[in-house]
Formats: sequence, structure tokens, C-alpha cells
Amino acid sequence: MRSKYSVKQLSIFLENRKGRLLEVTKVLSDAGINIRALAMAESAEFGILRLVVNNPEKAKTALSSAGFTVKEQDVFAVEVEDAPGSFYKVVKILAEADINIDYTYAFVGGTQKAVLIFKVPEEMLDNALKALSTGGITLVEPLFFYD
Amino acid sequence: MWNRIEGAPREEIEALQLKRLRDTAERVYHLVPFYKKKFDEQGIHPSQIKSLADLARLPFTTKQDLRDHYPFGLFTVPMDQVVRIHSSSGTTGKPTVVGYTQHDMGVWTEVMARTYAMAGVGAQDVVHNAYGYGLFTGGLGFHYGAEKVGAAVVPSSGGFTKRQLLLMKDFGATILACTPSFALHMSEVALEEGYDIKRDFKLRAGFFGAEPASQGLRQALKDAWGIIYIEAYGLSEIIGPGVAAGCPHGSLHVFEDHFIPEVIDPETGEVLPDGEEGELVFTTVTKQALPIIRYRTKDITTLHRRPCKCGRTLVTMDSVVGRSDDMLIVNGVNVFPSQVEHVLTKVEGTTPNYVIVVDKKGVLDKLEVWVEVDETTFADGIGALEALKKRLEAEMLNELYINAKVKLVEPKTLERSMGKAQRIIDKRQVEGGKK
Repeated sequence: MRSKYSVKQLSIFLENRKGRLLEVTKVLSDAGINIRALAMAESAEFGILRLVVNNPEKAKTALSSAGFTVKEQDVFAVEVEDAPGSFYKVVKILAEADINIDYTYAFVGGTQKAVLIFKVPEEMLDNALKALSTGGITLVEPLFFYD
Repeated sequence: MWNRIEGAPREEIEALQLKRLRDTAERVYHLVPFYKKKFDEQGIHPSQIKSLADLARLPFTTKQDLRDHYPFGLFTVPMDQVVRIHSSSGTTGKPTVVGYTQHDMGVWTEVMARTYAMAGVGAQDVVHNAYGYGLFTGGLGFHYGAEKVGAAVVPSSGGFTKRQLLLMKDFGATILACTPSFALHMSEVALEEGYDIKRDFKLRAGFFGAEPASQGLRQALKDAWGIIYIEAYGLSEIIGPGVAAGCPHGSLHVFEDHFIPEVIDPETGEVLPDGEEGELVFTTVTKQALPIIRYRTKDITTLHRRPCKCGRTLVTMDSVVGRSDDMLIVNGVNVFPSQVEHVLTKVEGTTPNYVIVVDKKGVLDKLEVWVEVDETTFADGIGALEALKKRLEAEMLNELYINAKVKLVEPKTLERSMGKAQRIIDKRQVEGGKK
């Protein structure tokens, strides 16, 4: 299931200094990359920008050649009703399957749907996909994000 | 003057040095395999030492030699004769170890008494000793010397500035012993706390050492505390503090009847004449546990043999103006970039690419280590990075005895210079000093 549902996420380490986010986004813009989902984690001195984009390979190449160090990781996405309790339902299944969630972020899709992105430890990824699938959750194929 | 030898005719001092040098050479040659081998390689036997000029024919000893024989390999006495062991932090996890017999403690106490005598310290005085007590030789060196001259010593050690000020005031301290930067820090805190320094404190002299001090800092201390400034020079490998001490006329006299100084060209090892700047080298001629032949201090200075107004005939040295290696002195603690590198390599998740930034925060030094994170580390999230930062800081404190602030920077952002890496950015200014 992993090969079918894992989505490439790019992480970029950024120092907290003025203009740094501007530089990343300019590189992506110039390369014609469409950001499909993003999350930013930060501490007082630095942050990590996490992106799911329409063309991960191209984005990675553009960022690398601009001097950013980019780490690619597998995450997965699920589609849920844009309604109360949807997120709870997904998290509950993962919790019952004893799967740790490293982090998660979400965006509202075009229709009545919301998409949740999850990062779980590498060795738990397969179990997570299985548990969700069994639990009747719709897994999103990467093609949804990519061109 | 504590001991008449300090003002004895040069011939008398030199005759004493020669006799002691020959004894020491015999001692190390016969008791330490390392020295026998070194002497043999140089083609010199202790019996061939006929004059002080022959000292130049003896082999050097380096800090690395001490480490290679960790912990007690260069000691010339069995451990049952050792009464004290001190140690400094090491560059590759192995510290430098020094040992003292009862006799050596006597020598150390004697030279520290001479140091205190530079300001006439005696039974009437209360010595507030804020050098760190512990493995560092500063605290205990100044402690024993103060007792020897009959002063009351307050072993306050470092830190707790406000409490130190309270004790200095309430106990009527007349003498302060600490690093110059800490003395200035104390004066600033005293002002903040509302003390009227010259009325509330009875200090009349300070004994400052363990780190370089600019003329500006010296003057600031004299003005702030209303004291005379006595410079103390030493290093643990030779004995600790007490190798040389400043007289009220500003000359730094080397107690050369115990420690014979030379200045050499750090590149060639050639002995330089008086008045020429080079690397300071010491041979201990009275120590038993760990006699050292021609120890390369890496300190850059100049020696002078000229009469001093204070009456001492001992050779004088200029205040140390720099180092012939990359050692940094941060709030009195010696730090080598290689030590930082060692910590970084030990802690997974950091590339060995780093820059050490030393700056002043007020009067105290602050040390930052900028470390590039690698892509495997930051992918685990902010929590992992914060943990890495904390772990690096804890390791620095543990291995280097310093509070360093670690700053994680983007991979591949630190300047990659051609050839030798620019590892150190020292923003502190020491007048008269040079790189």
C-alpha cells in the first residue's frame, strides 16, 4: 500500500532571519512550482518548512541548486468530510492501531471535502495505511497532488 | 620581597639554576623513559650540561606529550608520594594531568607567597578568592599562598556574584583574587545593587590572571575598585598560578629559580635573544612529581633582563600578547577549536562544519558555536533539533567546562574558505594583542 499511497513531502530547514521565507518561495515561484499544501514549524531561532508540491523532483532540484538543503520524506493523505468529527475519526483509528503521529496538517479541498496529511514514523507507515483502509477512510493517491 | 633570592645577584641565581637544571635533567633521564629516549635522540646526556646555554640542546615537551602519557606516564615518583592531582580539559577527551608531591606543594605555596608579597599581603589582610576551586589550579593555588602569608582567605570560588559582594563587604576583604573579567563584572553588579564601592569595600589590591587583559580593562578595574593591579601568570603544566607575578612597578617577574624561561622562534625552535618576541618555554627545575623540560606554552611574549625599581633581579616577561596556536581563552577557561570539533563529531546529526564566535556580553566573554545541521536531523522536526542543541550545549559544558550557546544554522551556509577553514571569529578586542 505504501507505494500506492505515499506522498513526497519536502522539508527545508530555515534560520529565523529576515527574508529567508521570501527566498524559498521565490525559488519555487520562479521554477513554476505549485504548492499544494504546506506547514511551518518553528522555534525561536529556526523553522522547518514542509511542502507538498505538484512536482517534487523539480522543486527539490530548484531548491538544491539555490543552496537550500532539502529532505524528502514519505507522508500520506486522507480525504474526509469537511464536517465536525472527521479529524477525530482518523486520529482515533491511528491511536487504536498504536501509531504515533509525528505531525499532521490539513487543507480544505474544492468541494465538501478536506484533506489531512500525516507524517508517522517510517516503520509504522504500512500499518497506518492498513488500519485506515480497514477503517473505511479514503486514502488519497499522490496523483491528486502531482501534475 | 618574600625571598631574598628574588633580588640576588644574577650570578647567584644562574648558579642555582644550573645546579637545579642538572639535577632535574638527571632525574627525568633516569626515571622517565620518554625523556631518556628524547635526550638520546638529541644526542645529549645530562652529564654534558655544563652551562645554562646547554639548556637549548635539550628536547621540547608539548601538551600532546602530556596527553600521550595520560594520566601519570611522565611522573617521576610513585603515586604514594603524590599528594595532589590537578587536570585541565582535553582536546580529544583526554585531559592533561599534573601531580604534586609534598615538596612540590611547598614550591607552589612559596611562589604564590612571593606573588602575594608583591602587594605586601600579610596577616592583616582578608583575601577574597574568587578563582574557581576544583581541578583548575587557580583556586587552590591562590588559596595556599594566602594562608602561607598569614592572610585570612575566603574561598568563595566563582559565580553567585551578589552573594560574593555581600561577603566581600561584610568580611572586609582587602585583597581580591579572580580573573579580570570577573572582577569587572563584580564591579558592575555592585553598582547595580547600589553599593558605594569605595566606601562599602576595603579592597586595596587585586591579583588578576588566567586570561589576557587589555590596558583598558586594567585601568577600568583600578578605577572601579580603587585598587592596585597585580598581574599573575601561570599554567598548570608548570605549576599553576605563581610562575610569574607583577610587581607594583608593572614588571612581570618570572620566578626563575624554579622555572627557567626561554623565548623561541615557534617555527624553528631556535632560542631568541632577550627583547625579541617569540614563544615562551619553561623548564621546571625544582619539581619532583612532574618535572618538565622545555615545555612549549604557546604563549607569545618577550623576556627582558634588566634591573627593576622594585629591587628584583629576576628576569621579566611582557604580558602575553597572543598565542602561537589556536587556543581561545574564554572567561579564563582554555578552549581549543579541536575540542569543540570533538564534541560535534561525537554527537550524531551534525556535520563537522562549525564556526566559533567569541564576543563580549558586558564584560564577560560569551561563546557561541554555530553548527550546520544536516538533512537527516532536521527532518525529524523541531523537537529533535531543540534536543540536539541542548545535547551539544550539555556536552560542551561537560567536556570543555564552558557554557557555550549553540546556534543551529542552515546546512552549507557557513563560509567555506579556501585552504584553512575559518573556524574562529573573535570579536573581542585586546589592545596591544595580536592574532
